[in-house]
Amino acid sequence: MSALISAVTAGFDVERIREDFPVLKQKVHGKPLVYMDSAATAQKPQAVIDAIRRFYEVDCANIHRGVHELSQRSTVAYEETRGKARRFLNARTRNELIFVRGTTEGINLVASSWGRGNVGAGDEIVVSAMEHHSNIVPWQMLCEEKGAKLRVIPINDRGELLLEEYEKLLGPRTRMVAVAHISNALGTVNPVRQIIEMAHRAGALTLIDGAQAAPHMKVDVQLLDADFYTFSGHKVYGPTGIGILYGKSKLLNAMPPYQGGGDMIRTVTFEKTTYNELPYKFEAGTPNIAGGIGLGAALDYVTGIGIDRIAAWEQELLAYGTEALSRIPGLRLIGTAREKAAVLSFVIEGIHPHDIGTVLDRQGIAVRTGHHCAQPVMDRFGVPATTRASLALYNTPGEIDALAAGIQKVKEIFS
Amino acid sequence: MVHDLYQETILDHSKRPRNCHPMQDANRKAEGYNPLCGDKLKLFLKLEDNIVTDASFEGSGCAISTASASLMTESLKGKTREEALKLLDRFHDLLTTDSPVSNDLGKLVVFCGVRDYPARVKCATLAWHTLKSALNNAEEPVTTE
Repeated sequence: MSALISAVTAGFDVERIREDFPVLKQKVHGKPLVYMDSAATAQKPQAVIDAIRRFYEVDCANIHRGVHELSQRSTVAYEETRGKARRFLNARTRNELIFVRGTTEGINLVASSWGRGNVGAGDEIVVSAMEHHSNIVPWQMLCEEKGAKLRVIPINDRGELLLEEYEKLLGPRTRMVAVAHISNALGTVNPVRQIIEMAHRAGALTLIDGAQAAPHMKVDVQLLDADFYTFSGHKVYGPTGIGILYGKSKLLNAMPPYQGGGDMIRTVTFEKTTYNELPYKFEAGTPNIAGGIGLGAALDYVTGIGIDRIAAWEQELLAYGTEALSRIPGLRLIGTAREKAAVLSFVIEGIHPHDIGTVLDRQGIAVRTGHHCAQPVMDRFGVPATTRASLALYNTPGEIDALAAGIQKVKEIFS
Repeated sequence: MVHDLYQETILDHSKRPRNCHPMQDANRKAEGYNPLCGDKLKLFLKLEDNIVTDASFEGSGCAISTASASLMTESLKGKTREEALKLLDRFHDLLTTDSPVSNDLGKLVVFCGVRDYPARVKCATLAWHTLKSALNNAEEPVTTE
């Protein structure tokens, strides 16, 4: 384990970081909790819990238009998160950041609002074979409605996109390329900058599903030249029910509103309604204010530690975990891309993932089992489901040892 | 402990499932699907004079669902349709209530540990839900085509 500590992560005090997460200080079935399901949702640091608590205890009021003190406070706190999200993604202006419920809503917003006016019969939308259902189904629905075609970029046995096949899919009818920055089921980090550049050359727009990337790597939407980029708060150590959609202002301005209601309007009469400016045009109704404020605290937390340091730590965990799991006979890793995030998805010959998950749970180890909302990926690898250990900044090499020992125990029971 | 769930009989039937093959001359068939885990199961019954004279299944699933299908097909043979449905109710009670274990269950009592694992109840009941659907299309026997 000493070899694990490289110069990059030497100053990374994981034990101190763990102190920030109250949920980690518990035992499950009598064993210390080993939480390895952060790709589903990450645990929350005390700072996030405190921010939400403070909102409800001290500042609770509806935002915008209120002249009273509490409304001013909550508006400022909520809108501050927009600024933090702008810096987090390096967007040009704060108007390009739309609050949504999460990545799923971000994608649906674009598929619905942008798709309505820009996709017609015979047009094509390109997704990849490793997408989460949330980056497949909204486009499929759009295609069905418009008579457009969904094209799929295939992947190789390591779980990497075949860019030469992608190139062939691009053509004059391609309107949108929607791909994940990091695959939730495989951990593959996709070369999105190149993917975007290729799409632009073909005259298509791009949407990047950043749900798995935002917590684990530096994202710069200007550097990527992404047209749309979306992520969820709860995977980046924030609360559930809040997320961010980034869109280039030129595109957002040209799009019709997603939902109608309060806050998204400028004037309303029964004859004619005029819409509010960006970003409010896309934010109808009272939003998840506490969630927005909690997300701000989460982004501060991540930025405070440094996303590059987090990424470096997780890369060490990934290397250690890959080696530990590869030593287990009969275990096959699903997803072995050369550029990978800290996701260990695997199958064991003759043992169903649900049985693996149950036995691990009884040892306090929380992993996810199933198709991970990516059934096409499971089909591609010829497995009905996998067991997935997904790591985050608070995981330790010792926990990976516990996982490996847990898997040995699984094998003893079912051998 | 986890051995309360994975009792010897369950492990035995999951590794060496009985009656695990398609049945050419079945006159009742049904398919079960658990969208949670993607488990699929096909159940074959031969119902003659209201009595289950043969039962088999095929499909892949976790240890609990495989053992459940295996033990279910074993315990169905010789039962009337009504007895089979009654057994289903008893089995369901075993998994989901704290009621005393019924004597009618026989070997099926090995599934009593499942009640402590709510996430796994559906694994154990997949075969039985499929049974219900196979028995309930009695008016319209599924052809063997």
